[in-house]
This record gives sequence, structure tokens and C-alpha cells, in this order.
Amino acid sequence: MQSTGLTSGQRRVVVTGMGIVSPLGLGVERNWSRLVAGENGFGRISSFDASDLPAQVAGEVPAGPTESGGLTLSDWVPVKDQKKMDRFIHLGLVAATEAVEDSGWKPESEEDRCRTGVMIGAGIGGLQTIYEASVTVKEGRARRLSPFFIPSALINLVSGHVSIKYGFKGPNHSVVTACATGVHAIGDAARMIMLGDADVMVAGGAEAAVCPLGIAGFCSAKALSTHFNDTPEKASRPWDRDRDGFVMGEGAGIVVLEEYEHAKARGAKIYAEVIGYGMSGDAHHITAPAAGHEGAFRAMQNAMRSAGLTPADIQYVNAHGTSTMADDLELDAVERLFGDDARNLAMSSTKSATGHLLGAAGAVEAIYSILAIRDNVAPPTLNLDNPSRESVIDRIAHTAQERRIDTILSNSFGFGGTNASVILRGV
Amino acid sequence: MSEIADKVKKIVVEHLGVDESKVTPDASFIDDLGADSLDTVELVMAFEEAFSVEIPEDAAEKITTVKDAIDYIEKQKAA
Repeated sequence: MQSTGLTSGQRRVVVTGMGIVSPLGLGVERNWSRLVAGENGFGRISSFDASDLPAQVAGEVPAGPTESGGLTLSDWVPVKDQKKMDRFIHLGLVAATEAVEDSGWKPESEEDRCRTGVMIGAGIGGLQTIYEASVTVKEGRARRLSPFFIPSALINLVSGHVSIKYGFKGPNHSVVTACATGVHAIGDAARMIMLGDADVMVAGGAEAAVCPLGIAGFCSAKALSTHFNDTPEKASRPWDRDRDGFVMGEGAGIVVLEEYEHAKARGAKIYAEVIGYGMSGDAHHITAPAAGHEGAFRAMQNAMRSAGLTPADIQYVNAHGTSTMADDLELDAVERLFGDDARNLAMSSTKSATGHLLGAAGAVEAIYSILAIRDNVAPPTLNLDNPSRESVIDRIAHTAQERRIDTILSNSFGFGGTNASVILRGV
Repeated sequence: MSEIADKVKKIVVEHLGVDESKVTPDASFIDDLGADSLDTVELVMAFEEAFSVEIPEDAAEKITTVKDAIDYIEKQKAA
């Protein structure tokens, strides 16, 4: 295998384990088969009464028996511990458990445990927990506030719980960059391995903001779809002319990153190599990207530079593509960066099937992209009936396509004008 | 067993997720029933709520076993 850019002369980082819980259900393979089949995870919000809100659809993690891909929490978190964690931590633990078990990494020695770290973030964290605690205080019952309130709401507590569960004593860190969290977590954790801080890192994002504060807050920011409350499956429609906002999803995506020689020495299965990572800031507006999404352009450009690649080397882009007006700005940036090579590019938004998992989105989408490499399949963009503008880029409308894919780029952008792109390649 | 003792036992079983048979009068929340310091804070809150009593912090610190809890609440209720 040829070593490139970011990794040449340095420690190389590969993905050896993956875990997902999303509106498409539990488990990486279930997610992928449903995604490729063109299924979606949307419905009317069931976890609370949203009838007085303009947005009433979401992608919720389905409850149900574990064996049929539903969430039965007691199979993952002991009942007495459940109330000590917000739902985003529950979901993070479910995906982390799948990823760690998938990797087969069970450090036996103290040294190996100290060389294994965790870097799981969230965009918002324990919003519902904070809401409920606020009500308790407002009712004059501050002394009744649970001692688990703070550790239940803190974003870095997914990392904390994963390290406690598995005895991972290496770097214990967390990312908070809104909807760019998942990509930043993977990129930053990969760099920790490259720089020698750890040999193995469990990295990704978790989110559970389908709650009254989360939905109402994004409604007020005019960010959510409101015109498809009676047809939830049509609400997330990236690049389509009738798109009117994103659909909130919940879940978690977690990968096990590992130094290449370390993975090889223990005979681990290797899914892909992290070969490029790029970041940028818009310095423009708290929620809106600048014209031409020049921040996204620079993040992608930086990722390519770190990988030592040119656009011709990349066959698939998993777009941020949230089903908002910004979709076309990202398209502008990708077209400009890829130039003539845009003709050969496939780009889709899997948020059309899962909704926007905020801080978990980037990690879930990186995993989907790795599976696109494995199977040479580009997952579809659902509901792209009438693109608001044409493009030479194939956006894989409606139906998955078999394509040769060995290198992918995945984008995530967040409020605050933060942008991150990661490049992964098959090994 | 008194009504109070029954109720205390039930709360301990519920909050600490332990088997009822382990919740003997002498069982220590931390040493025998797997609680940590935050669990004991929550447990005391649950007692306060269930029995409509106030348990000040210095008294709460002395409640380390099932019997401690029962005795304290019975005394408050008798007063």
C-alpha cells in the first residue's frame, strides 16, 4: 500500500471497528442495507407532543427488540445506571459497544490500556436533562436536583463512560463543534495517534436533541422543515427545489481508530485509512455560510493537501447536505474545487434517509462512506425530484449506484462557521 | 418489620438495582450494596421525598446503612 500525504513518514491511522445507532436502527450492517435500499428513518415525533410546534417530524431511534434493530436500553445500560445519563450518552454507549466489539481490541496489559483513548463528542449534549432540571429549580425544588444532573448533561461524559466501561486509560477527550463534531472527533483523534499520544482511539459523536428544547430551538432559528408534517418521509430532500429545512435525527456513530502497524500486528480487520483531514472557519456569521461556501472550499482543500491528493483521486463525496438553502452553496464549493473532475464525481447526502444527527452526523456519515468503499456503492440522495439547480456532479438521486469507489471525502459544517472534511481510502 | 422499614427497603432496591435479599438492616450502602457517594446523595433525597422529611446534610452523612435510614426516619416521624 502506498503511503501518502498526511501519513508519509508518519504513523498511519486505520479504522478497525465501527458502530452506529441511528433512525435507521441499531448496527452498522442494518443501517447500510436499509440506506442502500432507499429506506428512511422518519416519522412524526413520538417522544413528546410536538403538536404546537411548526416542525413535527424527526428521525428517532426506533424502540424495539435488539435482534430486530430496535433499541432496548436495558440490553446495553444497566437499569440502575440509566438515570445517571442523558439519552445522548445512552446512544453513544450503544454505538461504542458495537465499535469496540467489532474491532476485537481488548487490551490486557496496563500499558495497552494506557495507549487506548476515547474522543467522543456531541453538538449539544444533555439538552433534555438540562430542561428537566431547570423545571425542578423553577418549581422551587432546587434541593431535589439529582446529584447525577451535571454528569448526565456533560458532553464529555460519553468518553468518560466508554473509558470506564472498557478500562481505556489513554487520552480522554471530547469535541464540541456543533454539526461538525463527528468529523472533528475522527480527525483530531487520528492526529493523536499520528503524533504518538495513543495507539488506539475510540472516536465519534452522539446526539439526542429530538426533545422540546431541541426542536423548538431549531424551529426558532428557522432551520427545520415544516411543510412535510403529514409526509415525514419526504421532508429531508437535499438539493431539491422544495426543500425547506433540515429534519432532526438522533443517534451515534463511533469508530475505532488504530495505528496501522498495531492493527496489522494483531491481525485486525482494516476497513479504511484516514489519509486526509482539513479544517477551516468562516469568520462570517453565526449560522449562515458565506457566499460560495468558501469556508467549506478551504476545509476540503486543506484535507486534500494533507492527503497529498488532487480531486481526480476522489470518487465519492458524502455531502453535509442538510436539506437547507446552504445545500447549493456546498455544491458551489465542490464544483469549484473539483473543476473538470466534477464530471466523474458521485456526491450524495445520506441525511435524506437519516435526518441531521447534529454532532453525530459526521461520524455516522464517515462510516457510511467507508461502506461505500467496501462495497463500491454510492448511497442515494432520497427525494431529489427536482434539483434547484443542475450540476455535472451525479448526486445519486433516489437509487444507490454501483461505482468504483476507493477514496472518499466527507464534509461536516457547524454553526459558528466551523468546517471539517475527512478523506478516507480503502486499504 | 415496620411500614417505614418496608418502604426504605423498597427504595434502596429500586435506586441501587440490588436484590431484595441483600438489603438487610446492617447492609452498608457503599460497602455492601455497590453505591457510590452520588448514589447515597440520591438515596437520601428519595427518602426525603417518600417520607416528607428533611434530612440535613450532617445527619445524611451519618446514614450509611439500611438500619441508619430506618432509625432516622422513624425518629423524625415519632417526633
